[in-house]
Amino acid sequence: MKIFDLPGGVHPAYRKEQSSELAIRPLPLPKRLYIPLQQHVGALSVPIVAVGDTVAKGQVLCVRQGSFSATQHAPTSGRIAAIESFVAPHASGLAQDTIVIESDGQDAWGELPAPIADPFSVDPAEIIERVAISGIVGLGGAIFPAAIKLNMGQQYKLDTLLINGAECEPYLTCDDRLMREYAAEVIDGARLMARALGARRIIVAVEENKPQAIASLKAAAQAHEEIRVTGVPIRYPVGYAQHLTKMVTGRETPAEHRNAEVGVVTHNVATARAVHQAVRFGRPLISRIVTVTGGAIRQAANLDVLIGTPVSDLVEFCGGFSETPKQLVLGGPMMGQPLPDLAVPIVKGSAGILAMSAAELVESRERPCIRCGSCVDVCPCGLSPMEMAAFIRKDKLDAADKIFVGDCIGCGSCSWVCPSYIPLVQYFNYANGVLGDQARQRRKNDRVKTLSEAHAVRAEQAEKARQAARAGKTAAAAPQSTNEVQA
Amino acid sequence: MMAVGKSAPFSHAENSVTRAMLLVMLALAPATLFNFWLFGWPAIFLFATTVAACVGVEALCLNLAGKEIGFYLRDGSAILTGWLLAMSLPPWAPWWTGVVGAIAAIAITKQAYGGVGQNLFNPAMVARVALLISFPLVMTTWVAPSPLFSANAPGFAQALTITFGGNLPDAMTSATTLGHVKTELTRGISVLESTANLTALSDMLFGLRAGSLGETSALLIVLGGAFLLIKRIISWHIPVAVIVGVVAPAALAHAIDPDRYAGPLFHLFSGATFLGAFFIATDYVTSPVSKPGKLIFGAGCGLLAWVIRTYAGYPEGMAFAVLLMNALTPIIDQYTRPRVFGRARDGKPLVFNGSIE
Ligand code: SF4
Ligand code: SF4
Repeated sequence: MKIFDLPGGVHPAYRKEQSSELAIRPLPLPKRLYIPLQQHVGALSVPIVAVGDTVAKGQVLCVRQGSFSATQHAPTSGRIAAIESFVAPHASGLAQDTIVIESDGQDAWGELPAPIADPFSVDPAEIIERVAISGIVGLGGAIFPAAIKLNMGQQYKLDTLLINGAECEPYLTCDDRLMREYAAEVIDGARLMARALGARRIIVAVEENKPQAIASLKAAAQAHEEIRVTGVPIRYPVGYAQHLTKMVTGRETPAEHRNAEVGVVTHNVATARAVHQAVRFGRPLISRIVTVTGGAIRQAANLDVLIGTPVSDLVEFCGGFSETPKQLVLGGPMMGQPLPDLAVPIVKGSAGILAMSAAELVESRERPCIRCGSCVDVCPCGLSPMEMAAFIRKDKLDAADKIFVGDCIGCGSCSWVCPSYIPLVQYFNYANGVLGDQARQRRKNDRVKTLSEAHAVRAEQAEKARQAARAGKTAAAAPQSTNEVQA
Repeated sequence: MMAVGKSAPFSHAENSVTRAMLLVMLALAPATLFNFWLFGWPAIFLFATTVAACVGVEALCLNLAGKEIGFYLRDGSAILTGWLLAMSLPPWAPWWTGVVGAIAAIAITKQAYGGVGQNLFNPAMVARVALLISFPLVMTTWVAPSPLFSANAPGFAQALTITFGGNLPDAMTSATTLGHVKTELTRGISVLESTANLTALSDMLFGLRAGSLGETSALLIVLGGAFLLIKRIISWHIPVAVIVGVVAPAALAHAIDPDRYAGPLFHLFSGATFLGAFFIATDYVTSPVSKPGKLIFGAGCGLLAWVIRTYAGYPEGMAFAVLLMNALTPIIDQYTRPRVFGRARDGKPLVFNGSIE
């Protein structure tokens, strides 16, 4: 298969060997689970259970609000102990509304939707609906409601489903293990998704450093000629959807557009497996594979973890820390978040827990930019990080916007390479936050303006109508225009 | 402004500004040591004075600016500037050239513009040109090599009077290769003739000739450059472009009129061509950041150096060439930004017109 070249990229220390050969193990049932209402991008889900209720495993806890949202299910059976504000898996450490379940130790399934008997002959909408009610979101880290992406066949002409098994984030091996151990489920899920999308071909792309995963997937895909399993070069961040798309199809997604614009929809391998489970067994998304690793963890592991399990349970299961971690990270080292607290629960988007030792962290004090150009060389988006950062430092966000800071994917390659240790990506995340707020504010102002303008027009018309009425014109005209005003 | 807390990435390349500067110094070391041997104690004294003056001036400026002296000095940039400046001075020049040069390089060119990373012009080259214009005689008094411990090499004590007492023995002076050709040309002697009885090319290669510290040993400078390329401290773009920029016009002109124009090899191995290509033009701060920008910049340096050497009053054009191109760097940068992913060159989102089956 032809592999197309991409600009930029870096080769951070991958350190995957610490956990890549460790088979997935289930984590023992936790006593308490903490399910935040928001584990996805989109609208908050709404609880339909109350404190004191008993719930069965797989029972709906919160329903999605509109289609751009996600449903949450009970990961085990037990009692709703509380619905309260709890520390959330977010860098800010801010609390979030969370449902607390006290496990009853039975782990007993409730009634699940019936498996879709013959998914390749039913209406694709049925598969999409199943994915939606199963609470499936993008498990590669994007946590985008999967059903929305599966619906893109409605608006776009599509021909390719790209299954992303790149796992280019250093340290993480959860997808690697999942592909090795559940290749058939991944391939089946991919076929179900392609069916939902109406895509005629499936490409499964895996970074070349995972030969066993590639072999397992190839074996599982053998019977299906619409599926191509391919290795892609080892280079962070090839796993970014747009970049992976370009690499395997040669199609470059226009800026400010969705990938579907070029006929491609991407889903992560773990998402594919979740779709398989939802369609074939009616099982909602209540667990995920998490890699626990890093120089400060006693025993690394790939764990099958119920959503809502506190991170402390995982750490304990891994034998605790072998030394005081210098940095705890939720996710990978390139794009993960600092872990504010070990009490934080695993959510749908949590791929890894890293306990990094002092020896692993290369840190240094920030120095002025020496214009070495390394950041420009490595940016996979062709941006000029040092220039954007210089503008942002001077609070010239508009100037940064003009050289497309908004196109930054936050991959952190520029920060990684900078010999002056300038936290470049932090500048861009900050700028994009502010610019995003400004844009929203502008839209709101525009809306208010249109509303108030409309109001003024109506008031004026009403006034004219009244004057007309007073002037003794035909009685019919006045009520008519008043009606219009009320309309 | 933003609060900068610890956030991703939690991984970093094993590099730093200090490391880059140290590697550049390491790359310069062989040529420098060789020239210490070649030109003896006066060269060593001048080198030490120049580097010390640059560090001293830097410390003073940092202090005046209220910046943390130790932290900024540790980046190594002042030492490197001093080193490069020392390498472009006549080896037996008096001590004050190093001090005046340090003030021009560090105080005026670098710190007045806000310190490391902020200067438009290459500090060492500004200093060299300033000295050349202000003290033309001192800056063009070259000595023939007199290797350390050889018969006519000055001893330690005599060397002190040369560097710090201004007692340069007349008998020792000699022209640089480029200067020689230039003077002979003005006397009506053709380039072919004058280069014929000049230092053999092989001597130029090994550095057994008159010139500044950095000009004389082409081979060791190229080795240092190769080291920087291997260590990825510099990319090939600027050095290759500089060399092509010098050699191509030289070859063309020489082919047309060999009596008037020196050949490409002559230009390549003389003067500061290699020092300029690998160590001066590649200065991060004052050269463009993108690869196409580097190619344009390098080619400009090479071409201008050839033009200045050939047509202008100064035999050694590299310093002027680099400074002229430094002035263009912001413009080159602006026009050579990479294409943004998903956008056309003009910044508009691409339009997909492939076929989706
Ligand atoms: S990598 Fe750092 S020092 Fe180099 S140009 Fe970019 S911001 Fe400046
Ligand atoms: S974080 Fe943004 S600017 Fe930096 S390399 Fe990644 S895409 Fe480019």
